[in-house]
Amino acid sequence: MNWGPHAAFIGWAYGIALLVVAALIAWVALDHRVQRRQLAKLEQQGVTRRATPPREQTA
Amino acid sequence: MALIDLANPTRFLALAERLLPWLAGATAIAFAVGLHLTYGAPDDYQQGATVKIMFIHVPSAWLGMFAWGLMSVAALGTLVWRHPLADVAAKTAAPLGAAFTFLCLVTGSLWGRPMWGTYWVWDARLTSVLVLFIMYLGVIALWRTMDDPSRAARAAGILTLVGAINLPIIKWSVDWWNTLHQPASVVKLGGPAIHSTILVPLLVMALAFILLFLTLHLAAMRNEILRRRVRTLMLMQAQAAPGSGA
Repeated sequence: MNWGPHAAFIGWAYGIALLVVAALIAWVALDHRVQRRQLAKLEQQGVTRRATPPREQTA
Repeated sequence: MALIDLANPTRFLALAERLLPWLAGATAIAFAVGLHLTYGAPDDYQQGATVKIMFIHVPSAWLGMFAWGLMSVAALGTLVWRHPLADVAAKTAAPLGAAFTFLCLVTGSLWGRPMWGTYWVWDARLTSVLVLFIMYLGVIALWRTMDDPSRAARAAGILTLVGAINLPIIKWSVDWWNTLHQPASVVKLGGPAIHSTILVPLLVMALAFILLFLTLHLAAMRNEILRRRVRTLMLMQAQAAPGSGA
């Protein structure tokens, strides 16, 4: 692999591209995990969109 | 499934779950082929090996503009038709568009230094792309300033439609003004001005970037729908709590 005298510029460009793409993938994956976890926690507490509100359940 | 069925977030979520693995797989394959072709592409007779930067710079630039175009269509969907998924699509496209525009600016700068002798010039093409990046940051900030997603969607939609004026300016800036940036060489009347040995890797990399964008956008839309469900449930929980007055 011989990129000539400008190898550093090419390397930096591809390195930064890799970082940006990796950051986007990580952001989407972590956000999905957070939302799923929060949704599961709320459902565990009995809060669902079609559920009877907790106060009425105990009344 | 009719297209109108996708207006239902639950049906959209089910479709997204089914499509995402296939899109992610297609993206990985396209990148593997694209990078292989990029590695084997010959040096440019004038620019030498730095032409390899083009294989990430150009697709990033296209996606930076495409994302704003998509947000503009979604803004119409929000403001005119009040489509339930339109503002979800617009909101989630903004960070992706900002990331690809940032990548376009950085890789362009790294390409410009050895070819032009400078990282940056305030010429029409570079400045209009920088304006696009700043507008992305503005839209993202606007979304974050309002708690109510539907209010934020309307404000962001208006800003997006106003900002769409910048898209033709970016595209034709190299024709309208005397700039250091080279004129269009792929999407132009009379066909591409690039030899096939460089054009083919570029188009495959562009396909890979488009697939990556679609995968990330679909996944981000799914996350945003889930976030709104969490928000609704938390509001219901707060209203149902003793002493809430509900």
